[in-house]
Amino acid sequence: MSLFAISGAIEAGLLFSLVALGVYLSFRVLSFPDLTVDGSFPLGAAVTAVAIVSDVNPFLATLLGTVAGGLAGLLSGYLNVRLRILNLLAGILTMVALYSINLRIMGRPNISLYGEETVFTPFEQFLGLGIWTNCVLLLIVAVAMKLFVDWFLATEIGLALRASGENPGMARAQSINNGRMTLLGMTISNGLVGLAGSLFAQSQGVADVNMGIGTIVTGLAALIIGETLIGNARVAGATLGCLIGAVLYRFFIAAALSAGVLGIQAQDLNLVTAIVVAVAVVLSQARRNRPGPARPALWQRLTRRRFQKG
Amino acid sequence: MNRRDVTRLVAALLLSAPAALAETTDVTEIAITYIVDHPAIDAAQQGMLDALAEGGYADGEKLALTVQSAQGSMPTQLQIAKEFAGREPDLLVGISTPSAQALQSVAGDRTVLFSAVTDPVAAKLVETLETPGANITGTTDKQPFEPTLELIRTLLPEATTLGVIYNAGEANSVAQVEALGDAVGAFGFELVEATAAQTAMVPDAALSLAGRVDAILIPTDSTIVSAIESVVNVGTKAKIPVIASDTDSVERGALAALGFDYYKLGWLTGEIALRILEGEDPGAIPVGALDTQDLYLNASSAEAMGVTLSDELLTTATKVIQ
Repeated sequence: MSLFAISGAIEAGLLFSLVALGVYLSFRVLSFPDLTVDGSFPLGAAVTAVAIVSDVNPFLATLLGTVAGGLAGLLSGYLNVRLRILNLLAGILTMVALYSINLRIMGRPNISLYGEETVFTPFEQFLGLGIWTNCVLLLIVAVAMKLFVDWFLATEIGLALRASGENPGMARAQSINNGRMTLLGMTISNGLVGLAGSLFAQSQGVADVNMGIGTIVTGLAALIIGETLIGNARVAGATLGCLIGAVLYRFFIAAALSAGVLGIQAQDLNLVTAIVVAVAVVLSQARRNRPGPARPALWQRLTRRRFQKG
Repeated sequence: MNRRDVTRLVAALLLSAPAALAETTDVTEIAITYIVDHPAIDAAQQGMLDALAEGGYADGEKLALTVQSAQGSMPTQLQIAKEFAGREPDLLVGISTPSAQALQSVAGDRTVLFSAVTDPVAAKLVETLETPGANITGTTDKQPFEPTLELIRTLLPEATTLGVIYNAGEANSVAQVEALGDAVGAFGFELVEATAAQTAMVPDAALSLAGRVDAILIPTDSTIVSAIESVVNVGTKAKIPVIASDTDSVERGALAALGFDYYKLGWLTGEIALRILEGEDPGAIPVGALDTQDLYLNASSAEAMGVTLSDELLTTATKVIQ
């Protein structure tokens, strides 16, 4: 595996660790199997690409892409909470709708950012890291977002959100508004995915309406690999798992792409992905069946804070 | 498998990739990638390899070839591009727009050759078709619609409305339909568009045109061509002639096509590759395009769709399917 291939795997891995963090928030924390991500990922890319070619500052363009992703999550949450559409279906509806919306936003299916200024451009000369520039910048972003999620889930609202996902009945008894928590969690989750799409478009130099295909599978694979390795009993461990899982997953793919390894070729990738995820799920079930710390801590912390406040 | 075996296996895996590279230093290395497996892309690739072999670069002898498909995934396409850049091959080849763009973004001072890109200027691959400028050139599958429109006019002198079915999510298709929209007026047609985002939506798109158009034209759009049978089915039932833009579709039931042969486009790409390998500056080689089109006709479809094929047409056709 060449240095280039390694840098590509790390770059793609760190980008998808943001998706994994988003998927962690929806699938694990909120217990909301959210398929919006296949649409919010290209949405973030589309909004950012259109903004950049219209000479908007790339940092502002990235923010716009992130906000757009968040709004997509809010829409799925709204369909589920207010219109009472099944969560899985709500995500699918938003995802399908976003395909048309992304085409409308871009005006055409593919916008090249080649030669345009992106968030990575100012650092290319300044850092002098060559092919590693994007990796270093994305590592900073990924760690910052991991710490943000850690911090957020430890605030009172964050604890309420976790309680709402873990046991809605119990949460309601604590006077937590479950619907509002779903809306908030879905917005943050898809905001992270929108940010990933926005940065992906800028690092690869192109936004394409079909680029969202399989985002959810990659995000889930990363999440599950991370959980298998590190476990998800603690938030900080689970989010670290998202980062490590996403990068490892991309290394599996890079290994499969390097000629000659076990005779695996690029065309076998989808099969490899399915096997990796299946094995990781089996391993994490084996881990779960072992006696481990339960989660009374969450409820204790939540009641303590509410009690003190009241 | 005990722990030592596992260690050996991992070591073998890590060592095998560099070893494979070390063996191939005195031959020309070409790395080809494409976004998705598709008959047109396969044909273009085969044409290019055959042209290279004819020019003295046969795979396994003077040529070390790497071919990887991104299987429709853009992140995988990015990784393939990076992987290729790390191999330092003599030539990077991207078939399809996203593949060419991914290679361009990692190329640096390496040479990139593209094929089957409909609008290389809009995709920002080249500055102009005549002088690409940087170290990148290739071939385009953009074809003039005028000959096809003339063919439809010959087949159907009375027709006024022309339906077109395409996938609005494909950059190549949108470029074609835009060109088509500019061209139809001169032939007295009004264009009616129908879109299908997936193969499963093609029958609905075809049905939506029934009763509204006098003929249906299918551009070289992989989504629609994959389900050409369902368009033919609607065309047969509603007596609407279906004209395709690739010759394979005629064998699958379309009435006629002034075909574009991706094998020939690939051959042209291979000829450009040879010029680059012999030291010519890629930035000065104009983007290649095919100027010949083959007429394919399907006699039984013509009968089913209510069109009479004149003897003149039948004699000029490259191939008539009974």
